[in-house]
Amino acid sequence: MMEEVKEAASVLSVHDDSIRVTEVLKDGDTLTFIIVSQKLSGTGEYHVDRTYEDFEWLQQHLFSQEDVPGIQGVIFPPLPAKPQVNASSRSIKQLGFLALGECQPYCKALEAFLQQVATHTILSKNKAVEVFLTSSDPPGRQKVKKNIFNRLSQAVEEMRKEGHKDVDEFFQNERDHNLVLTGCTKTAAEKFLDVVATEQKIAVACGHFSTALHLCVEPGEDPDKQAFSRVCVKLSEVFESIKKNMTSVAENNVNTLGLGLDLESRYQEAEREMLFRRTCKLVELENARRNAEKAKPVKKAAMEEVKKAAETEFEQISGVAKQEIERFQGARVEMLQQALVSWCEKQLLTAKESADQFNQHLEVFRGMA
Amino acid sequence: MAASSDRNPPPFPTAEESEPGLCDMADADSDEGEDIFVSNSHYSTLLISPCPNGLQTVMTARLCGGCLQSNPVSVSRGVSQPDRVTEEPSDLFSEEEEAASSTAAKANGVHSDDDNDLFADANVELSTDKSGSSARKEPSGPRHASSFTPSPAAMQPTSLEQLEEEEAKDSFDVDVAVTNPEKVGDGMNAYVAYKVSTRTSLPMFRSKVFSVRRRFSDFLGLYEKLSVKQSLHGCIIPPPPEKSVVGMTKVKVGMDDPSSVEFVERRRAALERYLQRVVSHPSLLQDPDVREFLEREDLPRAVNTQALSGAGFLKMINKASDAVNKMTIKMNESDTWFEDKFQEVENEEQQLRKLHVVVDSLVNHRKELCGNTAVFAKSLAMLGNSEDNTALSRALSQLAEVEDKMEQLHQEEAASDFFIFAELLGDYIRLLGAVRGCFDQRMRAWQRWQEAQSTLQKKREAEAKLLWANKPDKLQQAKEEITEWEARVTQYERDFDRIGMTVRKEVLRFEKEKAKDFKSQIIKYLEAMLQSQQRLHQRCSTGKCDLEVCVVKRAVPSFYIRYARTSHEQRRQTKNGESRSAVLA
Repeated sequence: MMEEVKEAASVLSVHDDSIRVTEVLKDGDTLTFIIVSQKLSGTGEYHVDRTYEDFEWLQQHLFSQEDVPGIQGVIFPPLPAKPQVNASSRSIKQLGFLALGECQPYCKALEAFLQQVATHTILSKNKAVEVFLTSSDPPGRQKVKKNIFNRLSQAVEEMRKEGHKDVDEFFQNERDHNLVLTGCTKTAAEKFLDVVATEQKIAVACGHFSTALHLCVEPGEDPDKQAFSRVCVKLSEVFESIKKNMTSVAENNVNTLGLGLDLESRYQEAEREMLFRRTCKLVELENARRNAEKAKPVKKAAMEEVKKAAETEFEQISGVAKQEIERFQGARVEMLQQALVSWCEKQLLTAKESADQFNQHLEVFRGMA
Repeated sequence: MAASSDRNPPPFPTAEESEPGLCDMADADSDEGEDIFVSNSHYSTLLISPCPNGLQTVMTARLCGGCLQSNPVSVSRGVSQPDRVTEEPSDLFSEEEEAASSTAAKANGVHSDDDNDLFADANVELSTDKSGSSARKEPSGPRHASSFTPSPAAMQPTSLEQLEEEEAKDSFDVDVAVTNPEKVGDGMNAYVAYKVSTRTSLPMFRSKVFSVRRRFSDFLGLYEKLSVKQSLHGCIIPPPPEKSVVGMTKVKVGMDDPSSVEFVERRRAALERYLQRVVSHPSLLQDPDVREFLEREDLPRAVNTQALSGAGFLKMINKASDAVNKMTIKMNESDTWFEDKFQEVENEEQQLRKLHVVVDSLVNHRKELCGNTAVFAKSLAMLGNSEDNTALSRALSQLAEVEDKMEQLHQEEAASDFFIFAELLGDYIRLLGAVRGCFDQRMRAWQRWQEAQSTLQKKREAEAKLLWANKPDKLQQAKEEITEWEARVTQYERDFDRIGMTVRKEVLRFEKEKAKDFKSQIIKYLEAMLQSQQRLHQRCSTGKCDLEVCVVKRAVPSFYIRYARTSHEQRRQTKNGESRSAVLA
């Protein structure tokens, strides 16, 4: 994500853009991620190892900052779904692009998450982030108390609130827009995943063909037989390189546009959740106002208090939300464009490489007697 | 396919120099002089070279002989000299030149014979330098049993090298192409007619460039005729493409969908390859049926093609093989060459089948990729449409377009894979079946010979009995029978040897052709791949340029302007080269 200007006093003692998830270690069923970050003081690096549960711990802490005004207006960086060593088909589907490849896309996604948290003006101030990135001991594993940041999908009655009309045109627009975009991005990501899966299948089939061709090679001094065998061997090489080409095309797809679409999709979800929280607050506020109006004199003062509290909260949330939305829009456009550009670049490179290779093969064939 | 369509073969890069016998197609249109073939006529110069007056005589003789329907090349005319049949007049003329007087004299001398012989001689290459060779190929067509004076002495075992050398000298100057499939008629009686064009410099044809219309059953009929005639000779007869009820029904019903278009195109390409193989076979080319097929305006409707339906061809071969295997008399193979070769052929067929399966799955995946890329392109387009940010929206829409084009690219690649490899492998699997059939023919010949021998033996025994029983009248008959059977035994033995020779020669030729064929097809494939990669490269760079343009000119949605920013937001925007000062509310 975009670099935040460093003036905003950050509690973090590391460079936020230096955070890397360098490795993942498999130990039976558990995955441990190695996170490296550069110290701000320039004196070296922090190496820490974290499991997925640690990431969840971090996220929970970020969610539960109730004392921060307007915290509900923050678009929380989305954490990827839990990875599994022997993944069920359902979890593979859930992970999408992040399930492909040898954990590399997943590590990149985690990296993105950490960077987004570290560069966030509000979130980076939370001590939990510092602890997560720098403490050599694993952060506490105790479950933080349940907070209101539950996923949208849970409460069915809450879904009704999602359609609640907004008082502010800016936000109404944003909600509508977000709804459309979320759907489109998800679809695009899914379809792209299909493309990548097919490319991988083609690569495998090419490998089979290449191997099968080797079976056609026969020994013997008969010149025609030898000629045919040579042809088979050469063709087998050609298909090996086609296979490599396909594999790298698929890889590039995943690492550039695939990751981009995936992140975009998850971020849209996060925005949706934030907007929903605000809408819920709006409903709460309107209820409070109604209560305050209808209240009997006995309870009136109390109701007014509630109403005022709700109003303040709502305003805070809306203020933060606006900032977040603007930042988000800018950041996401840039991120997508980055993904698209690097996708094209990688494709160009691969196309050039394979064109060269085919040329070579062609020359060899032409030169063959 | 209601309208006639100009069917060109799959869009391979510009036609390159093809090997003799395999030709490429440029645009195939009119019948007259327009050259529809890749120029490969480096033989024409040989025709012009001056020749002894034998040339003139030969030419006129051919023209006035006019018996294109009859067998131009008769069996050996009792010449004790080894003959070699070739249909290449240029070779004849060059041979005449170099072989000097003796050859010319012979050629001239023979010219005074009747028409049949004239024709025959015109095709003879009196290779005096190859006195040992007796690679005699029996030409197709009715045998002139009368002129067949056996000379077993001339049938010497030929070394393999000599056979191969002679193979190398065979060269052809006939190009055929099958184009313009057109649907004729309507409903279930409809059929597809193809234009068969020939370009040749061989004098045995009436003209140099001509074309006729043929339908699929005509091709099958040609195969039927050839296999009936050639079955005694051991030639490898190229098998035609297979019938397909499903495919044809779709076409008949008149659907213009891509699958029936593809079906017709596949069939057209397969028919073309089939014809090319037929005409590049030296002795098949001599067959009057082949020439009739290429030249005659209206061909009588071929019947009895039911046998060649579906996977019928291979079934037929396998049935025949089984029959041979059930022979009670097992052959004593004096020459292990045949056994070994047969084993090789069987192994190869198995391997090719495996390859075919793999290629099929590869092709299916490619088709799947096309579909997926198309769907993805659409979803990208939708995303682009819903996108607020105009620059990003434009970028996404352009990307969707690029993806769409890539789908076409993938489709071409899939077609390329399919046409080249799958069809090639399928062809060769069937060809290997034909090769096996040819070995079977030899076995049958051997069997016939053995049976004749045993019959002769019985007759001799019968004669001995009669002698002892002293019945003079029956004795005479017995003696006659014995003579007859003796002759038969000799003939069958010679047949057997001859077939053996032919089979050897054919197999060698087949292997050479196969290596060449595969190589040229692979080159075509690689060129196609290269082209598509280059196009991909081009499209990606255009795509990338567009995207970069978008990144530079990042338009900002208007409603951002309305809201106050915090100071660091302002600074961030300015850092990115956009001035906000005018915009602050």
